[in-house]
Order: sequence, then C-alpha cells, then structure tokens
Amino acid sequence: MKSILKSLAFGAAGILAATGAMAQTKTSTLDQVKARGVLNCGSGTGLAGFGLPDAQGNWTGLDVDICRAVSAAVFNDPAKVKFVPLSAKDRFTALQAGEVDMLSRNTTWTSSRDTSLGLNFAGITYFDGQGFIVKKSAKIASAFELGGASVCVQQGTTTELNLADFFRANKLQLKAVTFATNDETVKAYEGGRCDAFTTDASGLYAERLRMAKPDDHMVLPDIISKEPLSPVVRHGDDQWLDIVRWSLFAMITAEELGVTKANVDEQLKSTNPDIRRLLGVEGKFGEAIGLSNAWGYQIVKHVGNYGEVFEKNVGAGSPLKIARGLNNLWSKGGLQYAPPIR
Amino acid sequence: MTDMSALPPTGLVNYVRRDAAQPLPPPANMTGWQGWVRENLLSGPFNIAMTIISAFLLYWIFAPLLNFTIFHAVWTGADREACLITEARPVVGACWPFITERLQYFIYGSYPLDERWRPTIFFALLLVSVAWVLWLNAPRRDIGMLFAFVFTPAVSYWLLTGGNPAFALVGVLALAIDAAGAVFGTVGSILSAIPFIGWILALPFNAVDRALNLIANGGIGGLREALGRGFFWFDLLISAAALAAYVFRNRIRYTEADFRTALTTILGVAVAFGLFVGVTGLDAGLKPVPTNLWGGVLISLIVAFVGIVFSLPCGILLALGRRSKMPAVKLFSVILIEFVRGVPFITVLFMASNMLPLFVPEQYAPDKLLRALIAAAIFASAYMAEVVRAGLQALPKGQYEGAMAMGLGYWQMMRLIILPQALKVTIPNIVNTYIGLFKDTTLVVVVGLFDFLKTIEAARIDPKWAAPTTSATGYMFAAIFYFICCYAMSRYAKATEERLGKADKR
Repeated sequence: MKSILKSLAFGAAGILAATGAMAQTKTSTLDQVKARGVLNCGSGTGLAGFGLPDAQGNWTGLDVDICRAVSAAVFNDPAKVKFVPLSAKDRFTALQAGEVDMLSRNTTWTSSRDTSLGLNFAGITYFDGQGFIVKKSAKIASAFELGGASVCVQQGTTTELNLADFFRANKLQLKAVTFATNDETVKAYEGGRCDAFTTDASGLYAERLRMAKPDDHMVLPDIISKEPLSPVVRHGDDQWLDIVRWSLFAMITAEELGVTKANVDEQLKSTNPDIRRLLGVEGKFGEAIGLSNAWGYQIVKHVGNYGEVFEKNVGAGSPLKIARGLNNLWSKGGLQYAPPIR
Repeated sequence: MTDMSALPPTGLVNYVRRDAAQPLPPPANMTGWQGWVRENLLSGPFNIAMTIISAFLLYWIFAPLLNFTIFHAVWTGADREACLITEARPVVGACWPFITERLQYFIYGSYPLDERWRPTIFFALLLVSVAWVLWLNAPRRDIGMLFAFVFTPAVSYWLLTGGNPAFALVGVLALAIDAAGAVFGTVGSILSAIPFIGWILALPFNAVDRALNLIANGGIGGLREALGRGFFWFDLLISAAALAAYVFRNRIRYTEADFRTALTTILGVAVAFGLFVGVTGLDAGLKPVPTNLWGGVLISLIVAFVGIVFSLPCGILLALGRRSKMPAVKLFSVILIEFVRGVPFITVLFMASNMLPLFVPEQYAPDKLLRALIAAAIFASAYMAEVVRAGLQALPKGQYEGAMAMGLGYWQMMRLIILPQALKVTIPNIVNTYIGLFKDTTLVVVVGLFDFLKTIEAARIDPKWAAPTTSATGYMFAAIFYFICCYAMSRYAKATEERLGKADKR
C-alpha cells in the first residue's frame, strides 16, 4: 500500500514537472496575436465568392478579406494571416479551443449560438437569405406563385425547415423532393425532377453558373429566411470583439464616405471631419481599441472599403454577379449601416 | 512376354511406315489472331454469347468515357467561357484547361510561389529513394537504404519547412542534456530504494533543458514553436519511461545487459533526434514555410509515405507483442491495436485537431500536419500488426520449435526463420493495407489539411471555372492519379510475390 502511494506521489511529481513549463498567464487575444506576429483566421473549406484558394493557392473571398482587414488594422499588413480551414462541424470547437483568433466563414448569427456557445458575433458582413431558382420557361415571377410546385432541397438542413415553414405560413401546397448532397439536389433540379431549387441566395448564384444553360434559369427576388453572416470571436475578450467589429464598421464607413483603396491617400488631406476621424488624422480612436490611430487608413489602403470588397468577390467584378440588394448601404436602400466613428 | 512381341516382325508388313509423318500445319483459322479469337472468344455457344455481351458492355462503358475525356473534351481556354455549352458546341466533355490552369495548385497547394522549387526537389528525392530501394538490381542498395530512410527525411524536412536556424545549436545541446537527465532519472529510479531519487537526480538536467527550450522557443515563427513542441513530448515520454521503470523496479530483475540496452536505446534515440535536429536546423537562408500552406499531392504523398514507412516495422513489433508471453507487452499491444481498430480514423483525426488544444497549451500542441502524420502512422501500424499476425499464425508450430531446437534466441528466430516466411505469405495483405492507407490520406481534410482530392474539390467550386463539366473533370483527374499510384503499388507487389514464391513452385 505504502509503495503504491509512493508511486502515485512520484507520478504526480513527474506530471507536475512536465506541466510546469505549461503554466502561462492569460493574456488578451490582441497581445497573443501581436506576440505571434500572425492572425489565426478560421476560414471555410471552400465557398465560391466567400473563401476559396485561387490558382496560386492564395485565399480570396469576402470572408477572407474581413480577416485581411483585421490583419491590416493590427499589423498594417494584410498578409499576416494564417488561414485555418474549418468545416461546419468543427468551426466553433476550434474557436473555443483557441486554435483560431476569429472565425470568418459564412456563419449565421443566431440567438442560440450567440448566447449558449460562449461566442460573440462581431457584425453582419453579408445579409444572406434563402431563395429559389426556377426555369424562366415556367413563367414564375415570385415565390408566392410556387403553390403546388415541387421543390428540390437538401436533406437535414435548416433550408428544408425554412421551406416547410414558408409554405405552411402562406398556405401553399408543397411537394418537397429531398436529396443527401447539394450536388445531387442541383443535378435533380437541372434534370427536371423539380420546378424549383432552394438554398441560400448566394449559393443559388454560384450553382446557376455551373448549370448547362445558366440563362434558362432565374433567381426569384423573394427571400424567405434571414441568414445574417457574421465573423465570430470568443466570448470574454471585449477588446478583441471591438477590434473585429470596428474593422468591419470602418470598411462600411469608408464606402459611405467615398473613401476607396485608390483615393485613400488623397483623402488624408480631406477636410471632412468624418473622413479625418476614419483615417486617423483626427482623434485617437485607434488607441482606444489598442491599435494605431491609422487603423482605418490601413484597412482601406490594403483591403479596400466594403463596397469594393463586395464587388470584387461576389458582385459585378466576379463571375457570381450578385446584386448588392440587402447588402447595399442604408443610404442606398440596403441594410449595411455602421455606427459613426467619433 | 517381352515388349518386342507387341511389334510386328520387320519385313513382314511393308506398308507400315517407320517414321512419323510430318504434321500438317494447323488450319489457318486455328493459328494467329484468328485462332486466338476462336479459342478464347468463340469456342462455344455460351462463350459466343458472353463475348457479345462483354463487347456490348465495353462499348457501353468506354464509348461515353472516351467521348467525355477525349473526343468531346475542351483542351484550351482561359476560364469558364471555354467550357460552356453554346450553340456551336452543344456537347461538352471534359474541361481540361481547368486542370492545366490549376495543376500547380493540385501539386503544391498554397506553397509560396517563389519557393516551389523546394517541394520539387523533395519529389525528386522521393523518386530516387523509391527507385533505389525498390529496384533490386540497383547498385549499392545499402547506401540507398541510408539515403531513403535518413538523408531524404532529414533533408526534406529541412527543405520543406525552411529549417530552423536559432534552433540548431541550442536544440542539440538541450537534447543532449535532456537525454543525460533521462538516463540518470531512469537508472536512478530503478536502482534506488528511496522513491523520488531518480526524479531528484534528473531535476537539474530538466531545469537546464527547460531554460534552453525557452531560448530555442524565444524567437517568433511557427517553426521554432513546432520544434519546441518536440521537446515537450520527448520530455513527457522520458518522464513516463522513468516512472514505468520505477513502478516495475521490483517486479523485474534487471540484469546488467538490460541496463546496457536501456542506455544505448535512450542515447541512440537522443543522438538520432539530435542529428536530425542538427541537420534540419541548418541556416541556409531558406524562408520558413508553415505547414498550413502545404497542400495537394505534396500532403498526400507525405502522409502516405510516413504511414507506409512507419507501419511495417511498428506493425511487426505490435504483432510480435501481441503474441508475446510477457503480460505487460501483450496487454499494451492488444489495447493499442484494438483501440485503434475500434475507432474510425476520422474520429482520431478530429480529436487530434480539436481536443488536443484543450489539454495542451497552444505553444506545445504539435503542428496540425504532424498530428495527422502521427495518427496515420499509428493507424496503419495497428492494421499492419493484424496482417503480420495472420502470417505468424499461418506458420506451422514446427518452424518455431525447429528454430528453438537450433538454439536460436527469440530475435534470431524471428529474424532468420519466422518473419521471412510470415511476411512472404502476407505480401498481398500488406500491399492491400498500403493501398488502403494511400486512399485514406484523403481523410486528412477533416483537420483542415488540403490534400490532393481537397484541392480539386476547392478548385471545382471556383466560379471562375463554373461550367457543367468542371466537377466531373476534376474527379476524373483525381481518379486517374489514384489509379496510377495504386496500380503501380499492386504491380510491384505482384513481382515481389513471384520472386519470393519461386521456392514454392515445383
């Protein structure tokens, strides 16, 4: 008995010795990122327009540019980002475990995720929503005319639930045809198994491009669910949340004020107080969140304003050609609205 | 009665010819290709029916395949426009320009553009190693073994990661001290009647070692961290060994030979590790490339080769362990094998990537690729162990008894009598495991590594190439790649089998 106790004591001592070096003081995410010299950004495993490696293997996309903006704000260099591709099922675990500093991979902001997973959502980078695509020849102009139509949908997704809800709420008769994978679903729709295909609107545009005759299909204007996509950070580090949130707001503000990647250097001389505050010519707004005062300038200079990033990745400048719609500025009929920097 | 009486007496029957007549040539339709067709394809009504059905099936499979891959395929173009269905081109086959444009990405992943010569050299080294080791008539195969198993891994590691300058000297020093501490700790634990003495003896060594680790880890950059993590695990391993030695100190009577073996093993491991670190730490001004940028064929080959190289020796040891009469060894082998076989590969990868960081602080967690490599090696070893065990059990007991009667020790018996026969029997299964492992490398995608298949998956959804046949083209390319690799393995194994099987042919 005695020897067993001794063995245990020895074991405990050994483990203590081994873990001694592991003890570390808890530091803020910003300090960790600065000390590491690189931002660990949880990205998707590939979504057209939002996060995808190009022919050289560089990550591109709307979600990717948000991470680059944060990197530009912290390091004055958009390239100091390490992209960690995360699948839908391990994204939150990876964030909670500290594998990544922030998550920027088409994640819908919902109450349960915000409140019970120990996460904070930083702001809406893209207002997505579920839509429908139909054949132009069917002469359907609105989702409300889909009564009695068969709809192809992927099994076991929130998309399937939203679809049922929408048809029930509008007292329409639904014939849902379900498939296990997205590819199968699209193929079935294209092959004529259903009258319509439904998924998030951004996905509809991407899928349409891959169809044999893209011009024969149209995306209906109605959006039947709210899918606000947002970058995510860990709960409990408010400074870091502020940094990510205000990096996004700075991009939106820059678009509102007409500050672009091309003219940002001229705009430094602007007399407009809003622009001067954004670019750090006036005030100490950067220092308040632990960054340099030129953080706004750095973001626009290296990454661009929200509109530029949108058009380049998913809008007119990309093959997806998604209209601004809800993602337009509030002043232009959309929902993108940033609180003032002052 | 003699044999002669059966023959007619000579001279009586003149019309019986004495010499055999020259055989007539076979009919024209029995030789050449006609003969072959007649013999093999049309020898009877059943065969004729089967031939017709087979021909139809072949046509049914290959005509569309050839149409898709060659006749209707698009060969040049800059983006999706080239592969779209238009009035002028109503049928579109494979979209090969998509593969040509992305080929570099499929091979190197996100490896920085200016540094891609490094993986290229790695591929060349790998090719030379494989050829040298596998080609039986190659000159100096003993040097080839050294080249393949020591030079290539060390140089490849150094090339691909970019080396770790600050690490070299400090690292080797720290390791030496670490090893000394480990030896002291282990020996002390075994010898001492007083508990803790071994640990106390090892303490100063550990302290110095930690200080050095801190220096080695002082620099910024993922690489230095990554190697620092190696120390942590080495330390932990040594601590565990010391603990085990202490706990079992009374159960086992240690002889002087045991000590010598233990010492040489520990020192050998430390020296090998030190040499490896020394080589990999050389500063040639290479830019560090973190593993998250690696991808494509590079990742697939690294994971497959690490699995293949580690699985056979580890698997043999585990198989011998499972059949061992020593309870501790047997229990360890059984638990490891059964645990690994009882859990899907994907689960272990997932746990390694998401659970490990919860237990181990960030700076000590092994690199993601390393985790996948370790998981692959352990997995392949467990499966290989069962394959080898089947071979061991297939041997008649007489082989063991005969070897023992010759006065051979355990290891001599295994090395000279048992294993050569057991492994020969199991070649088909060993290669089966290898091929399975090679295809399983695609699972590393769950920990966020972009292997060859995943790079195709990522590229095919790029809207720049969004066209009806892009995905099919990508998968077709992947199928061709995997088929070539697996078929090559299978052919080599068949040749080996035939070479070793000569003794069994009578």
